[in-house]
Amino acid sequence: MIGPYYKPQMTSLMSITHRATGVFLSVVGAPLLVWWIIATAGGPEAFARFEAVIGNPLGMLAMAATILCLCYHLLNGIRHLVWDTGRALDLRTAYTLGWLVLIGTVVLTAVILGVLL
Amino acid sequence: MNMRNPIARARGHGSAKEGVHHWYAQRASAVLLIFLVAWLIYGVLSLAGGGYEASRAFIANPVNAALLGLLLVVVLYHAMLGLQVVIEDYVHRPALEVALYFVTRAGAYVLMALGLVHIMKLALGA
Repeated sequence: MIGPYYKPQMTSLMSITHRATGVFLSVVGAPLLVWWIIATAGGPEAFARFEAVIGNPLGMLAMAATILCLCYHLLNGIRHLVWDTGRALDLRTAYTLGWLVLIGTVVLTAVILGVLL
Repeated sequence: MNMRNPIARARGHGSAKEGVHHWYAQRASAVLLIFLVAWLIYGVLSLAGGGYEASRAFIANPVNAALLGLLLVVVLYHAMLGLQVVIEDYVHRPALEVALYFVTRAGAYVLMALGLVHIMKLALGA
């Protein structure tokens, strides 16, 4: 997709973002989830260590990025599943759903971070 | 001149007839995850500010423990399938490709095992 004739488009950029967020969720999100479970099973001290790490600025950034990626991947994944049924494939609908995913991601991420912070 | 009908060639050999399995498994796990992730988001939000005791009580609940275990297995399965596609598409050095394929699968299975054992520890009150 990169070359002298490539012009950035929402469809291709959102597609590569779907992959990038999926990789991030696999490499950062899933280990975070498992660490939360292990820390909880480890008792109050282990849980306090977990809370200290996700409470420092870098931990909060990882947490916020995970939530952002999760919201995007979840909503855009539904868009992909709709496409897989052969529906909504015309350009106009693809763009409309694309905007809905982007707006939905911002709203959902803001709501989740708002409750957590 | 080949007198065989092309359909005979297509049906006869060449494909292991499992060509859509990966594609289908990725989507089937995705559909399950819509519901499981929605549940997890709701669950984690309800824990906000509750600290250790809220997390412990949440996972120790048998229904939550079962759903969390299911989510963990399905999400890591979905992740290993997705990472496989990304590796196949972007990594073109065969040795590195095989190594990454192995590491991502092994990592997913290790996370599944670790997560399930600790969920069970909490659910069984040990």
